[in-house]
Amino acid sequence: MELVNQHAKGIMEECKLRARDAGLRFDDETLEYIVTNRDMIELSPKIMIPTLYDYWVHDVRVLSGKGMYEAYPSNPYETVINTRPAISFYNDNNPDWLNVMIFYHVLAHIDFFQNNLYYKNTWDVDLAGQALADKRLIAQLRSEKGRWVDYVIEFARGMDNLVGFQRDLNRALTRDQGHVPDRIDFYFDRFLQKIKSVPQHVYLKEIDRYNQCQKDHADFFGKVTEQYPEFEEIFQKEKQKNAPGKLDVMEYILKYSPFLRREENEWMKSVIHIIRSTSLYFQPQIRTKTMNEGWASFWHAHLFLKDERIRGHETDFAKVNATVTAMPKVGLNPYALGLRLFEHIQEMEDKGRYSLDYFQLKDAILRTKFDRTKNTGMDYIFSVRENMEDFSFINTFVDQEFVDRHHLFLAGKRFNPQHNTWQYYIKSKKVDDYKEMIINTLYHPPDIRVVEEKTGNGILYLDHRFENKPLKQDFIENTMIGIEFLWGGPVHLETSVPATTAQPGSPYINFWDPGTAGSPADSRNAPIQWKRVRFIMKDRKLHKQEL
Amino acid sequence: MITLDELLERDKKREQDGFKRKIRIGRIVKPGAGNREKIIVVPTTVEEKFVHDDTLLVDQSPGEGEPTGGTGEGEEGDIIGEQPVRPEEGEGQGEGDGEGPGEGQGGEHEMEANAYELGKVLSQDFELPNLKDKGKKRALARYVYDLTDKNRGVGQILDKKATLKKIVETNMSLGRIPDVTRIDSAGFVVSPRDLIFRVLSREKQYESQALVFFLRDYSGSMGGKVTQTVVSQHVMLYSWLVYQYERQVETRFILHDTEAREVTDFQKYYSYKVAGGTKVYTAFQMVNEIVEKENLARDYNIYVFYGTDGDDWEKDGKQTLIEIEKILTYAARIGISVVKHTYTGTKETEVEKYIRGSGVLDRQTHLIKMDVMGENVDDSRIIQGIKTLIS
Repeated sequence: MELVNQHAKGIMEECKLRARDAGLRFDDETLEYIVTNRDMIELSPKIMIPTLYDYWVHDVRVLSGKGMYEAYPSNPYETVINTRPAISFYNDNNPDWLNVMIFYHVLAHIDFFQNNLYYKNTWDVDLAGQALADKRLIAQLRSEKGRWVDYVIEFARGMDNLVGFQRDLNRALTRDQGHVPDRIDFYFDRFLQKIKSVPQHVYLKEIDRYNQCQKDHADFFGKVTEQYPEFEEIFQKEKQKNAPGKLDVMEYILKYSPFLRREENEWMKSVIHIIRSTSLYFQPQIRTKTMNEGWASFWHAHLFLKDERIRGHETDFAKVNATVTAMPKVGLNPYALGLRLFEHIQEMEDKGRYSLDYFQLKDAILRTKFDRTKNTGMDYIFSVRENMEDFSFINTFVDQEFVDRHHLFLAGKRFNPQHNTWQYYIKSKKVDDYKEMIINTLYHPPDIRVVEEKTGNGILYLDHRFENKPLKQDFIENTMIGIEFLWGGPVHLETSVPATTAQPGSPYINFWDPGTAGSPADSRNAPIQWKRVRFIMKDRKLHKQEL
Repeated sequence: MITLDELLERDKKREQDGFKRKIRIGRIVKPGAGNREKIIVVPTTVEEKFVHDDTLLVDQSPGEGEPTGGTGEGEEGDIIGEQPVRPEEGEGQGEGDGEGPGEGQGGEHEMEANAYELGKVLSQDFELPNLKDKGKKRALARYVYDLTDKNRGVGQILDKKATLKKIVETNMSLGRIPDVTRIDSAGFVVSPRDLIFRVLSREKQYESQALVFFLRDYSGSMGGKVTQTVVSQHVMLYSWLVYQYERQVETRFILHDTEAREVTDFQKYYSYKVAGGTKVYTAFQMVNEIVEKENLARDYNIYVFYGTDGDDWEKDGKQTLIEIEKILTYAARIGISVVKHTYTGTKETEVEKYIRGSGVLDRQTHLIKMDVMGENVDDSRIIQGIKTLIS
């Protein structure tokens, strides 16, 4: 792994100027490294951060990655990591013209990292440096505590998808607006009016008294607490409920676990902190994959074709670009989908179709002709890249026009007993079906929170807000063993499972076995019934209770 | 970088600390030209978290797979392509379930080397028992050369201890040692005939040789995890035997639905799936035919391992039991693994019922074993199963 040479860096700097002219915004400083395929294999388990802490699971992934490479060699072109300065890696076998294309791609990624609001909490962090400090800390702990450090990492990683990413983000984005009601506002607006419901004359009298106190520089709240001794407590409770938000599972354990509070276990907290903040750091990246890749593909195509330095390589470009951005006949490609969606949004906005007029227009022919020549599409996609993430991006902008234009469909797969084959067919061309299928592929960790009312007597009580998708049963036991370890007591988890204990069988059985023909098939068509259950992890044993 | 051995060492410590093992032995198949697949043994592991289970789609009709995206012309309902469920020869065998190691003619050596490694790992790290030599063991003669024979006067290496003994002996008979408690070696007479040398000689070495039949049901009911579990267990068993017999293992593979067929290699044994109904006896019958026709019982330790979901159209298993009894007259071991579908619950399957009912497990306790597990078991349970089958 080494820095790119001066020649390549020169190409990169030239690309930056052109990208800036086109409207992309990013820091001046960037670092580019040349890496081999082998380096890439070793980096990828560490999410491409060379300084990430050591952990045996990463080693396992590297070993299997190497085996995989032996069987199926791959040749990734680049990777960018969201740090300050932004670091990108280039394959040592890329030719120069290809690097021009890749530089544009990378610059668009950097622009995305540095402008999309979901990344706000990562903007002030030098991740590579932070990771290095974390790595050293973990290495030092490991020399003292041995393999127990790895258990703590393992158990902390077991719940690192239950972090309050949105909550932290929300806090960061609203911090500047002075959102938290202060004591005075709370007293007058909520406490007196809503909680105590005092008559109007009492309320006015209090305002008078407040104004008087202001004038005399006298203490106003002294009397309040005399009259309402409970005020302070209610205010504090309210403040906690609204302002910092509820603690996520990891934070709750960090703060209240009796086990971690013991002096000899203090060190575990720093490990959990590291895991938690690393996970938080990567949350925006997981949640904007389609957009981020689409944005980068959009810009590499736009900027590359205008760049005179690549004359003579147009066909080479076309080949590489096609392999990256082609829509597969069956399957999904986030690069391709994101790219087309950005182009679609730009065109819709250029024609002024995100408007009430267009929305209300029912005539199909008039709709295809609708064009207000607003030409604001470019600005519009810039604001989309700033304010959205994959879910809102797809949910908002994938429309019937988009599906029709690119001939998209929901591809079904069914068993054909005559030919003994899987048959692929066009299941639906409706936008809602297509959209639902894509949204189902997006990252969406389960919503699991601590129920404080039920937590106590050494028991940690977790509640899974059910969204019609059960938890993966095989994983529950080991995950809960980890949480039990870090909590230092029994852990309860409330969730939903299918109500029928016998799962419907393999569908093929009916075709062949006359004895059971028909019966399991019928039950399969009925919607699954769900019931609430409680999983109890105690002394590393899992029990299940119906509720 | 950490090695596989170190990883497994660490994994063993987990058990001491009261946690489950987490390293599994994964297998990657590298398809090659013709039948030359290569398998690569790699460690894998799963990081458990609370995640949604996407396999349980709420609305799914029978025979329907998971939908995905697509692009192209056509109307709703149009068929855009077909893909064989059961790849046959020449039809792009791919990765199977992502689980199938492959062995092909010509690729055999590589497969063996890997299987040997895996077998070593399994025996050492998972503490699978060593093979006990059974009475039926056949010998394979092989010659090795070693400095074992002794020769007086001339030779390659002087055996000092034996020579000294001889010298003392000679001097005693000459009466030159009057007091055995006070020997003065300075006064010894040394005859050239007293020098004893070791010389290179040909030694016969005996090794056992094994023939393993792997049998499995690939009928319609075997889809999904059941097959995966059975084949995982069989690849481990195979590897373990390769290690135990120092690679002197021959294998035969038989698949059956309502009839049995022999396939040439592991790859096919693994990847073929989802055919018709189920007649268990056909597979065992084929074993008997092969053994008889090729006169194998004389020269080999014969092992028969059979994997099934327990389903059999022949509910009483009469014919199966006849065939099994026949095999028991020459086999070193029959191991039957029943991998149950989750939906069968605790109910006994047909195969379990008639095997237990026949009492053969008790009568021939050294020769036949049965292991029953659910389809969702992990590697450690599978290995536990192997222990049962070969104990």
